[in-house]
Amino acid sequence: MSLRIVVCVKYVPDATGDRQFADDLTTDRESVDGLLSELDEYAVEQALQIGENSDDDAEITVLTVGPEDAKDALRKALSMGADKAVHVEDDDLHGTDALGTSAVLAKAIEKTGYDLVMCGMASTDGTMGVLPALLSERLGVPQVTLLSEVSVTDGKVNGRRDGDAATEQLEASLPAVVSVTDLSGEARYPSFKGIMAAKKKPVESLDLDDLDIDADEVGLEGSWTKVDEATPRPARTAGTVVTDEGEGAKQLAEYLAGQKFI
Amino acid sequence: MAEVLVYVDHVDGAVRKPTLELLTLARRIGDPVALHLGAGAEEAAKTLGEYGAVKVLAADAPEFSDYLVVPKVDALQAAYEAVSPAAVLVPSSSEGKEIAARLAVRIGSGLITDAVDLEAGDEGPVASQSVFAAGFTTKSRVTKGTPVITVKPNSAAPEAAPAAGGVEQLQVAFGEKSTGTKVVSRTPRESTGRPELTEAAIVVSGGRGVNGAENFHVIEGLADSLGAAVGASRAAVDAGWYPHSNQVGQTGKTVSPQLYVATGISGAIQHRAGMQTSKTIVAINKDAEAPIFDLVDYGVVGDLFDVVPALTEEINSRKG
Ligand SMILES: Cc1cc2nc3c(=O)[nH]c(=O)nc-3n(C[C@H](O)[C@H](O)[C@H](O)COP(=O)(O)OP(=O)(O)OC[C@H]3O[C@@H](n4cnc5c(N)ncnc54)[C@H](O)[C@@H]3O)c2cc1C
Ligand SMILES: Nc1ncnc2c1ncn2[C@@H]1O[C@H](COP(=O)(O)O)[C@@H](O)[C@H]1O
Repeated sequence: MSLRIVVCVKYVPDATGDRQFADDLTTDRESVDGLLSELDEYAVEQALQIGENSDDDAEITVLTVGPEDAKDALRKALSMGADKAVHVEDDDLHGTDALGTSAVLAKAIEKTGYDLVMCGMASTDGTMGVLPALLSERLGVPQVTLLSEVSVTDGKVNGRRDGDAATEQLEASLPAVVSVTDLSGEARYPSFKGIMAAKKKPVESLDLDDLDIDADEVGLEGSWTKVDEATPRPARTAGTVVTDEGEGAKQLAEYLAGQKFI
Repeated sequence: MAEVLVYVDHVDGAVRKPTLELLTLARRIGDPVALHLGAGAEEAAKTLGEYGAVKVLAADAPEFSDYLVVPKVDALQAAYEAVSPAAVLVPSSSEGKEIAARLAVRIGSGLITDAVDLEAGDEGPVASQSVFAAGFTTKSRVTKGTPVITVKPNSAAPEAAPAAGGVEQLQVAFGEKSTGTKVVSRTPRESTGRPELTEAAIVVSGGRGVNGAENFHVIEGLADSLGAAVGASRAAVDAGWYPHSNQVGQTGKTVSPQLYVATGISGAIQHRAGMQTSKTIVAINKDAEAPIFDLVDYGVVGDLFDVVPALTEEINSRKG
């Protein structure tokens, strides 16, 4: 038997770039270079480790829903060590929101076949952190999410969730949907060998027809939410900056008192 | 008037402040009906009523703490079916977002997360969000089904508006899928006695410049003189100097206090994402070129080990 792991990865605009909205108020994916979301590298890393520690053969598939360029994200994950990739790409997907994306991912995951779905904690552009829960609901399998530590043994997922109010130790049977946080352990860098090998690994392309999804269920038109306005945050008016020459603390205290914080 | 379902965040019946903010925002759209899960509903109902809940639906069952997230979704769905609300509001904690998301799928509705403000609109509630590391503010609506919206802490000033707030028991049925993820053990986070990071009016944060866990008492001293919460950059957390639960930024908490004091923090975009909407920003950093100074209302270029202790002393002596 083999352990089939599907890792959901997103191609996002670089957060250190000057991110903008396009005219239709979707995320502008032209003005800033894209990359594999750093937070999804953690999911790829944990999937690889689960595979390495598994007694069964593990087959790791990386899956993305995104534009043509999103192949870069898949290549990066393949060069880290994933076995194959699935790219859901269709012009009608432009502008799809979280509910729509989760429907598409769920269909693609079912088509691929899975024992374990792995996600990052949140995408660095949308930052919703809801996709894993949405996938769990749609697939009808347990969610074991926001884990800082994860392991799979004897058909069970175990993990530690460092929540707002408590740290919880969780357990669920496979199949399941897992998400991991940036506390789960640094992701490996692709080796030269890994990069070369990735070029030969299969990347399957699927469109909406392949997944039996109607175009009007997704995209901007099919979206369940609508952005009406996006306003750049007004630049902060330049503040006062002083250099400490022994009086810095006093000057700052004066300022804080003037603002009634003291 | 239409009813608005509000999911209550509480600790054994002590209602947390973000829920009072939700009740305040809910009243802009309709009459708030609160959903209280777990122990302490009678106690909580006093506070919920005071802040405008016309009714408190309550359910308590071991499933809520023994299994992850899904039993709470079952309860929220039962409340939704009992009330037929105009909108469902949930606090934007990581768990709150997961609960809201699953409900949205079940009731066939659109979802908006991390709203920082909410107004009534002609076509349903309009939510403001702060996106791209707070570089933009957007206004959005849900266009299908009943709007399900999660709201961040500090999005409104809680206003009292006494209402009946009577407790009614809610029947919740759990299915096989509800118990899929078992909570094997739970260790509550220890209280530091300081204000909750996301709720605090003042936050004092330390970064790599603090240079060691043993030096964080310098930051804590300043925080205590101001009655503030303590935050940390990811560099400080990754180094093991301060707990992850105190991390401010993209993968930590978002804070929006009246005053944010950044000490020994450079101001990377991922850190800014968590503090940029603070009303007043102050920084202490020995590098005059640090990007954090682009954000400040007041900055001191200097060594934090000189400036912070002296500032703490100055504040304590002014307080007398
Ligand atoms: C996907 C992703 C998510 C991330 N999420 C977060 C997040 O949630 N929160 C977060 O904070 N970061 C996050 N980061 C990391 C972020 O990019 C920065 O690396 C981090 O914020 C740097 O922390 P710092 O400012 O403390 O350290 P540095 O950038 O090293 O800055 C330290 C500063 O301290 C100053 N200093 C040193 N000594 C002194 C002294 N004695 N007195 C005064 N000043 C001194 C230095 O001049 C310097 O400016 C994330 C990164 C990624 C890729
Ligand atoms: N378009 C996408 N394609 C593949 N995976 C995605 C996509 N969007 C989100 N995900 C996954 O869902 C996680 C949470 O995303 P989000 O809910 O958008 O913050 C990410 O870390 C990814 O693992």
